[in-house]
Amino acid sequence: MTIATGNWVAIGNISDIPELGSRRVMAGKKTIAVFRTGPSEVFAIEDSCPHKGGPLSQGIVHDGCVTCPLHNWVISLSTGEAQGADEGRAKTYPTMLDGETILLDAQALT
Amino acid sequence: MKQKLVIIGNGMAPGRMLEHLLESDPDAYDITIFNAEPRVNYNRLMLSPVLSGEKNYEDIITHDDAWYAKNSITLHKEEPVETIDRASKTVTGKSGITAGYDKLVIATGSNPIMIPLPGADLDGVLTYRDLDDVERMVRASRAMRHAVVIGGGLLGLEAAAGLKMQGMDVTVVHLADYLMERQLDQSAAHLLERAFAQKGVAVHTSANTKEIVGDAGKVAAVLLDDGTRIEADIVCMAVGIRPSVDLAKRAGLDVHRGIVVDNNMRTSDADIFALGECVEHQGECYGLVAPLYEMAKVIADNLLEGASTYAGSVTATKLKVTGVDLYSAGDFADGENREEIVLRDANAGIYKRLVLQDNKIIGAVLYGETLDGPWFFDMLKKGADVSSMRDTLIFGQAFQGAEPLDPMAAVAALPDDAEICGCNGICKSTITDTIVSKDLSTLDDVRAQTKASSSCGTCTGLVEQLMALTLGDAYNPNAVTPMCACTDLGHSDVRRLIKTKNLRSIPAIQQELEWKTSNGCAKCRPALNYYLISDWPGDYADDYQSRFINERVHANIQKDGTYSVVPRMWGGQTSSLELRTIADVVDKYNIPTVKVTGGQRIDMLGIEKEDLPAVWADLGKAGFVSGHAYAKGLRTVKTCVGTDWCRFGTQDSTGLGVRIEKFMWGSWTPAKVKMGVSGCPRNCAEATCKDVGVICTEAGFEIHFAGAAGLDIKGTEVLGSVKTEDEALEYIVALVQMYREQGHYLERIYKWAKRIGLDEIRSQIMDQPERRKAFFDAFVYSQKFAQVDPWTERVSGKDKHEFNPMATLTLEAAE
Repeated sequence: MTIATGNWVAIGNISDIPELGSRRVMAGKKTIAVFRTGPSEVFAIEDSCPHKGGPLSQGIVHDGCVTCPLHNWVISLSTGEAQGADEGRAKTYPTMLDGETILLDAQALT
Repeated sequence: MKQKLVIIGNGMAPGRMLEHLLESDPDAYDITIFNAEPRVNYNRLMLSPVLSGEKNYEDIITHDDAWYAKNSITLHKEEPVETIDRASKTVTGKSGITAGYDKLVIATGSNPIMIPLPGADLDGVLTYRDLDDVERMVRASRAMRHAVVIGGGLLGLEAAAGLKMQGMDVTVVHLADYLMERQLDQSAAHLLERAFAQKGVAVHTSANTKEIVGDAGKVAAVLLDDGTRIEADIVCMAVGIRPSVDLAKRAGLDVHRGIVVDNNMRTSDADIFALGECVEHQGECYGLVAPLYEMAKVIADNLLEGASTYAGSVTATKLKVTGVDLYSAGDFADGENREEIVLRDANAGIYKRLVLQDNKIIGAVLYGETLDGPWFFDMLKKGADVSSMRDTLIFGQAFQGAEPLDPMAAVAALPDDAEICGCNGICKSTITDTIVSKDLSTLDDVRAQTKASSSCGTCTGLVEQLMALTLGDAYNPNAVTPMCACTDLGHSDVRRLIKTKNLRSIPAIQQELEWKTSNGCAKCRPALNYYLISDWPGDYADDYQSRFINERVHANIQKDGTYSVVPRMWGGQTSSLELRTIADVVDKYNIPTVKVTGGQRIDMLGIEKEDLPAVWADLGKAGFVSGHAYAKGLRTVKTCVGTDWCRFGTQDSTGLGVRIEKFMWGSWTPAKVKMGVSGCPRNCAEATCKDVGVICTEAGFEIHFAGAAGLDIKGTEVLGSVKTEDEALEYIVALVQMYREQGHYLERIYKWAKRIGLDEIRSQIMDQPERRKAFFDAFVYSQKFAQVDPWTERVSGKDKHEFNPMATLTLEAAE
């Protein structure tokens, strides 16, 4: 495992998440939504829409974004920014892949 | 400091004046409006379609609350002005609101004339002037049967046609020898009377009403001079209008029939203008919208230190009754030195008459074909010499010159200054220039930008022809709305291409139909997934990542991220075992809210996602399956108790409801489908506002469809009647399958039916046994793959990943 900085923890195998799907990772009081947008592309983002706190992990994934299931805000998975006319930002977390293992930067959680 | 402008009245004329004023100088005045009516500004010309049910109030609003807020206008609703104090320059409303003015505009409009007949004060005597009147008439039409309209003029006939369309028996009583005697001659009136007779409206002309007969304070009949007695539950008085001048009179302004104004529209007080139907200008009072709009423009200009003048108006009239084409303008009484040109076509029901004097048109009456009305009216207003085309004049504009009978050529030949929209005074070049300069491509845009065809709407055809002429092939009146930003194709095109190109997966569709995004969006993916399921049953594998969360986890997401669960209760029936099971589940999982739904089932709300499979497992033990309360699919079949218990029941409505639900559950549809079966016409299951409903009768089953009771409220349409329960099931299934194959995603049955046409659907389901059988068989086949209880599947472990977190981190371990 070659990791430069951060405190990387394994959170699962990439095959645990369906393509264009998402799984939740519980970290204390926080819930992190981990998205898989392609064969080997994952993003981690706070599981709370900047609009009304909707669970983004339950949304439809498309073109690097997720549509919140409550009121259809579209949130960028890479930046956490609300798209279009809406304004707001969800916190994002660094991730990386080691083979098939998904790693999350635990330092960012604290 | 800004000057203060106060406007008394909030009808169409002051509305238009404000538009002109705000366009020229939005900051010139602090504006306050006193409105006697409790609402914003609406298009009064459209009351007739509201009465007939073709439009509703929201459709006819011209300025909504937001408009007043945006323009910082203070609007006092339901606040008629009681006094104008010219010395202190203030007005005071009924509830005591006082506002000072620098400039005042009186636009109090007109009042309907009430003939002081015996009985005119009875309950059930109405007028036809504003939205309150229309609402009263619509309410009356629901509960009562006989309506008499006194007055066979423009308003009276529109009221009569509207009441007839609301299902009442209508009689028109008219004092003069023939209908609309001020606008028509006898021949046109005869055709008009015949058209009304064909609609089922009885017309009595030369009929003087003697008395309105009452019974216990309510209208019972109308008695004519000649002794004729006409049954009546309501009487609508539509004999004319009178300028509303009381307020102006009390303020000491010059008043004759109307409030007297000069050519700048000023009253006898230079700071007070009068506008609209309350005005008398050079001895004339006006009741049509075009002159009022001309006045509005003049006042707006004068309020901004301009000096434009109003020169009086010549008016043309169109009757806004569906199926009656009538246009009249000018003076067409017989007289010395007057010639007339008449064209009659009895078969086609066409009558045209032009009255000429000194080679100029001074009057025109057109019945049955009114396309040339604006052309004749244009020449009339200009005093054009018509001697060179005298022989062919009556055949209309298209006949003058080379290309007869092509309506496009006729429009093309109109001069640039020809008036297209009479209501708003918009000429041809204004429309064509705006289309080009503002790059407009839809009718709505043209209406918004030019106002043409935005008032009474009768010139819509002409405006569309102008658009076609100006834009050429770029104008497509049926332009499709794309499904979403990922494609230019509409839903219909995509559904057709899936079949013709044999596309069997979402990536295949996106590739072949050249989607602009790599994997679609939250709008198109669920739609495509449904189309594929519907078109290729048994072959297409449902793509769960393209489903909205509710359909992915088979429960309804709530605002806090928890879920609600609704098990099926077939036909709304339950048992002690089922209820006991629900009670136990509620206790075991600490479910905070239990609610009875509108579809005769029980909803458990506030369940954590992780608990869903366990809740379903417990429910499953009592035989419960998913109620699909989350699905674009069959939801509920609501029933009454029918012949099992009810003393009025005619058929086993509960049994039929259960049978339909057991046959159809699990099927996916373009949008949700809710059904109802009522055991008799008392309709306790409220089947007549459902997507599909059944009313049982002694003779069998009346099948209904296309109702709505959500954002829109709409009674059902009758599909047809069948004799047996087996037939009822077959016809309903065929109907739903037709909808499954043709509906756009999220398009409810009533919207689909409106798009396809009720008659087309009735024809395919009721009159074409082979079509019906094919639909039925296709549904049965697709159910082989659809009728799998999603809860049982998930209790057995399917989609486990949906319900459990991938990992649970403890933060200590992470450090």
